[in-house]
Amino acid sequence: MAWTILKKTAFYALVVFIVVVAVFPFYYAILTSFKSGTDLFRVTYWPTGFSLENYVKVLNTGSFPQNLLNSVFIATVTVLGALFLAVTASFALSRVRFRGRGTLLMVILGVSMFPQIAVLAGLFELIRFLGIYNTPWALIFSYTIFTLPFTVWVLTTFMRDLPIEIEEAAIVDGATPWVIITRVFMPLMWPALVTTGLLAFIGAWNEFLFALTFTSSNATRTVPVAISMLSGGSEHEIPWGNIMAASVIVTIPLVALVLIFQRKIISGLTAGGVKG
Amino acid sequence: MTTEALAPPKAVAARRHAASELTRSRVRSAMIFLLPMLIALAIVAGWPLLRTIYFSLTDTSLTNLYGGKFVGFKNYLGWTTLKSGRTIFSGLLVDPVWWNAVGNTVRFAVVSVALETVIGMIVALVLNAEFKGRGIVRAAILVPWAIPTIVSAKMWAWMLNDQFGIINDMLMRLGLISTKIAWTASADTAMTAVLIVDIWKTTPFMALLILAGLQMVPKDVYEAARIDGVHPIKVFFRVTLPLVRPALMVAVIFRLLDAMRIFDLVYVLTPNSSATETMSVVSRENLFDFDKFAYGSAQSTLLFLIIAVMTGIYIWLGNVRFDGGDR
Amino acid sequence: MKIKTLIAGLLVGATLGVVAAQAADLAIVSGDTGTGLEFLRSQLDTFEKETGNKVTIVPMPSSTTDQFGQYKLWLAAGNSDIDVYQTDVIWAPQLADQFLDLSDAAKDVVKDHFPSIIESQTVNGKLVALPAFTDAPALYYRKDLLEKYGKSVPKTWAELAATAKEIQDAERAAGAADMQGFVFQGNSYEGLTCDALEWVKSFGGGQIVEPDGSISINNPQAIAALEAAKSWVGSIAPEGVLAYQEEESRGVWQLGNAVFMRNWPYAFQLGNGDDSAVKGKFDVAPLPAGEGEGARSAATLGGWNVAVSKYSKNPDEAVKLALFLSSTAVQKERAIKQSNLPTIVALYDDADIATAMPIIPRWKDVFLNAVPRPSAPTKVKYNEVSNLFWSAVHDTLSGTGTAAENLELLEAKLTELKGEAW
Repeated sequence: MAWTILKKTAFYALVVFIVVVAVFPFYYAILTSFKSGTDLFRVTYWPTGFSLENYVKVLNTGSFPQNLLNSVFIATVTVLGALFLAVTASFALSRVRFRGRGTLLMVILGVSMFPQIAVLAGLFELIRFLGIYNTPWALIFSYTIFTLPFTVWVLTTFMRDLPIEIEEAAIVDGATPWVIITRVFMPLMWPALVTTGLLAFIGAWNEFLFALTFTSSNATRTVPVAISMLSGGSEHEIPWGNIMAASVIVTIPLVALVLIFQRKIISGLTAGGVKG
Repeated sequence: MTTEALAPPKAVAARRHAASELTRSRVRSAMIFLLPMLIALAIVAGWPLLRTIYFSLTDTSLTNLYGGKFVGFKNYLGWTTLKSGRTIFSGLLVDPVWWNAVGNTVRFAVVSVALETVIGMIVALVLNAEFKGRGIVRAAILVPWAIPTIVSAKMWAWMLNDQFGIINDMLMRLGLISTKIAWTASADTAMTAVLIVDIWKTTPFMALLILAGLQMVPKDVYEAARIDGVHPIKVFFRVTLPLVRPALMVAVIFRLLDAMRIFDLVYVLTPNSSATETMSVVSRENLFDFDKFAYGSAQSTLLFLIIAVMTGIYIWLGNVRFDGGDR
Repeated sequence: MKIKTLIAGLLVGATLGVVAAQAADLAIVSGDTGTGLEFLRSQLDTFEKETGNKVTIVPMPSSTTDQFGQYKLWLAAGNSDIDVYQTDVIWAPQLADQFLDLSDAAKDVVKDHFPSIIESQTVNGKLVALPAFTDAPALYYRKDLLEKYGKSVPKTWAELAATAKEIQDAERAAGAADMQGFVFQGNSYEGLTCDALEWVKSFGGGQIVEPDGSISINNPQAIAALEAAKSWVGSIAPEGVLAYQEEESRGVWQLGNAVFMRNWPYAFQLGNGDDSAVKGKFDVAPLPAGEGEGARSAATLGGWNVAVSKYSKNPDEAVKLALFLSSTAVQKERAIKQSNLPTIVALYDDADIATAMPIIPRWKDVFLNAVPRPSAPTKVKYNEVSNLFWSAVHDTLSGTGTAAENLELLEAKLTELKGEAW
């Protein structure tokens, strides 16, 4: 009994430790976001004052709310597009035998090896050529370069490990591959779909370099760029309070997203009743 | 199988024929499914990639993007023979700054990915256990990953500041250090600082992918092990690890690729420090800051090749399946 | 009825047509911040009223490295979305090919500006950008502490080191454990090039690359300057100064934890803010001089300019905007509202400015001592030169090699980089 209690305590201690390490910098950011002026340079562990001034300022300067909407739109469309292309592609890559499958997977992996910096100039030319410069589509288009290979790979891995039996019944019933994907695989893939979708979403949400290069007006920019534009009173002054307030605002939707999809992430095969 | 053996030969042949017809139609629809993705990748990645490789073989400058002349492999390796007969080599392959960056990058990638995998595994196992409030914990874990890199780099730079940073304050209070450490300034600790931030930031990514793998492991496997009285640690190494291995391998590959290309964290946290300068950082410098666009393109191309080779080695050593097994 | 509407329509159309022929939609890109952007907007409103053009601001991140990379890429691709660029004083030679020559348009006003600034923006006889304001750093010192210990404002770096050491030690003994003698910008970035150029120049060690293109950095005076700076780190300056940019130094200073600071004018106003621990307790002076032949006080020249993209669809209107932003009226208002240093000589004797911003006339001395970074002779290679220089300095300060070794190496690298000619 004592052993169980000890084990339980140790487990919870570990949980607390993980949470503290993960959240402390964010907590410190929140703390900082309530400070202003010289107070910023003083180390404190507990809130010393409470002023929403920084938040009001962030939401009122420039077009921060618009940037927030841009980010939501771009990240959502990027993820949906990537998942759509990836689910069908990974079905082909994981469940159908054909020549050159391994090579193809390698090529897709190769795509994600290219440093963003290096494709910048080429992508820039392409985006101007397509006439989508300074629109959300420029970013949705360019983000495909890192979301698509990632989602294809992860989903392929997961789909490959699903037992063959689940498909057989549908094949015998004469179902088309499209039906098999949507009716048979999708329900089983929720944990993987939601997880990869979430990770891709955050990737698109946080991207900075493309977002900075392919937009040239306040109204089309995304949140990370908007944050980097937040500025203090003069050239060398860094507005820590505002930056932290903006970061808090930006992080909250993601935390909410995780909480909403909580169920889906943990559902898994156990609920589906299909076993390996 | 038994029915097949009992069935008349004619029916078997017919069924075989139907099966291969089915396979053919499956392959056909597979191709249709693959096509949009491949077109998307070819446009968004293939073309810029070819442009960069082309630029790396010219003397293009960013002020004259279309006027570059073809110079062969001079950006990679070139030589001139002096009048005295001595040969001087130039180019990327003999550039010490570049190789220093390669060393930094590889060191960073290996250490960060290794630690992230171990810690991510622990976190994933914790999150996979049933306990009260795990929804909150799961959301909390994601916070570091959710904060934009640019911001978290700045945030940590602030926290790691020697004079008014909270990290030094904390360590001083705990009595672990006696003088304030200039984390990002000193060449000895700069890399450690970058590693700390990166591990803090990307472990959630790792943990979540592993967790997704764990979730797909059927519960009754554990049940059976528990009923058999197998020690939990043994269960982990014998049952859990092999089952999540595919997911783990993919997670590691993508982290490795990301780590090899690391840019913004270093760029914001320790700009221009030769102790942390990575391949991407050096390449950006040449592409945009210096008037060496072609040279920077050559560095990007080489970076691509180096990553490809490293990934190849990893895949070979890790014995990652590509062909999707037997299906 | 119908005819009336038609006529009305035609009239409206005609008016619109006339306006469209005159007015243009312009875009100005600016890395300016906070109140700076507000100020720019208010000036643009005036410009819009005067000319009927419409101007939108495209703000950029405040990091100049980020801005430079973006501008270079945009200009390389012939981006016509941006008409007017705000440029750093060191960019002119590097971006010269992509900007319009403003010499004709500005021939009547050029003589009003400080010749050295106009010269810094002229590349091969082409006036690349018009100056909007200039910048030069100064030595910030704590009046109260100097008074308490009966010290005078240091005239040389040696005096500064001695005073800083004495006050720092005494203050620490008295309980102020975090007190530092001197803070500056020691991170390896463009700011360190500015700081170190001041040290070298103030010791009479030249300016890295001389205007005629010769590499002068490897000389005994420059070595002495860097050795002096190295001796500060860990004694009067914290070790962490090697990671400081402007804001970190200001942080230490504004908490009341430094006796001296090297910084730009922006810190003056902020230091006098209500929540500042040093409010009313400090003043500024020209930076100290070094020792030896040719020693003098030196300040690195900063400042911003406006340039017109050659890909602009409305070059005439864009040039008007550039002229407007560098005009006497705008500079005067900028000086009063933003405490930015004007580039027009006459404004330093302006009574309104003297009343509103008394420090500006005093800064004229600092500014007259300003030394340009070697961006003009090194042209497109300036960034690389600067990078090599600050790396050598940073190595020296952090104890990787002596000043003599590092500067010898730097000379070799610069010679290789220079090749036949810059």
